[in-house]
Amino acid sequence: MCNTCGCNITPGNRPLVLAEKPKNGMTTVSVLQNLLSQNNQQADHNRSHFDAQKVLVINLMSSPGSGKTALLEATIKRLRESLKIAVIEGDLETENDTKRIQAQGVPAYQITTGTACHLDAHLVHNALHHMPLDDLDLLFIENVGNLVCPASFDLGHHRNVVLLSVTEGDDKPAKYPVMFRAADLMLISKTDLLPHLDDFSPLNAEQNLHNLANDAPVIEFSSKDGNGLEAWITWLHVEIEQHRSLLLNNQTQRPKVQQDGQLLHVHPGKTKFHPLDNKVVHT
Amino acid sequence: MAIAKAHNAVKVVRIIVRIGPLSGTEPKLLENAFSISCAGTLAEEAEFLTEAMPVRVFCNGCGSESETAINQLICKNCGGHETKLLSGDELILARVELENAD
Repeated sequence: MCNTCGCNITPGNRPLVLAEKPKNGMTTVSVLQNLLSQNNQQADHNRSHFDAQKVLVINLMSSPGSGKTALLEATIKRLRESLKIAVIEGDLETENDTKRIQAQGVPAYQITTGTACHLDAHLVHNALHHMPLDDLDLLFIENVGNLVCPASFDLGHHRNVVLLSVTEGDDKPAKYPVMFRAADLMLISKTDLLPHLDDFSPLNAEQNLHNLANDAPVIEFSSKDGNGLEAWITWLHVEIEQHRSLLLNNQTQRPKVQQDGQLLHVHPGKTKFHPLDNKVVHT
Repeated sequence: MAIAKAHNAVKVVRIIVRIGPLSGTEPKLLENAFSISCAGTLAEEAEFLTEAMPVRVFCNGCGSESETAINQLICKNCGGHETKLLSGDELILARVELENAD
């Protein structure tokens, strides 16, 4: 939606535009500032780094143990001859995942978050200094295993891939709508286990995703038997091509969730406050 | 604090934040966090108010608006999946009420 002509003012956020009258000795300031604006500014900065180097960046999110690192190992094995790949790993502790990726012969950098349950744009920016961005086609960011907080933070990446392993239950999209609404692609992982489970239906999982008004494609995948690997590789190639052709027109891609209600003020630093008439002016 | 300084305020009286359930933020938890983070600042005695935003979608298919559940963002009128979120994902500092020096 457009931030200059006012068409982004919707029935939901219209009351925000109406300011209260100042009282004696009191000033009411309409701010309308996205509370994640600092992160989002850093994310845009990161994205411009990625775009300058023509690197497509994919943010992998899922609960712990759903197979993100195994997916990356299988992907790198399949693509390392044709594409230059690197990985940023986010974990609370240990460098285990980084070692697994480095064993595949590609650069990997570990962000250990301590007690923090997600990556943010600043953490990713610090990690970029350890990444050979000028020599990459594809960068994966493996987020901290968590179906809640990672969904709220733009890292400057281009696409969100959310994994749902078959042992977790097909109602996860309904239970974690903030996360699954953000998915540009849902990967149903560990499908080699499906014959042992009578309570997971890929169709139900897809239906629950669509109930979030998310029409993202769904790929069933197993890193054990390689089922679905080619569909995933094809999706990656299409995304890389799409990103490159957008860059030719000085455009870029953003991950799915546009945070419609938050779009009202994308440049809070350029917003000036006028206490007398309570108007908010963009410059 | 930057806003308070820009207006030469002596005190922040009230802070109003609008939160939609799809922002991933729990209002009660944010209120608790505020009471800790405002200590020793101009906003120490400020009232922290959160306004809950409803989840509303616009249907690209039939053109109607409806209020929906957080995990059923489909059109209530026609059941269509091609909807656009009108509100419900906000995490916005809406207004700040300041006490002036004079």
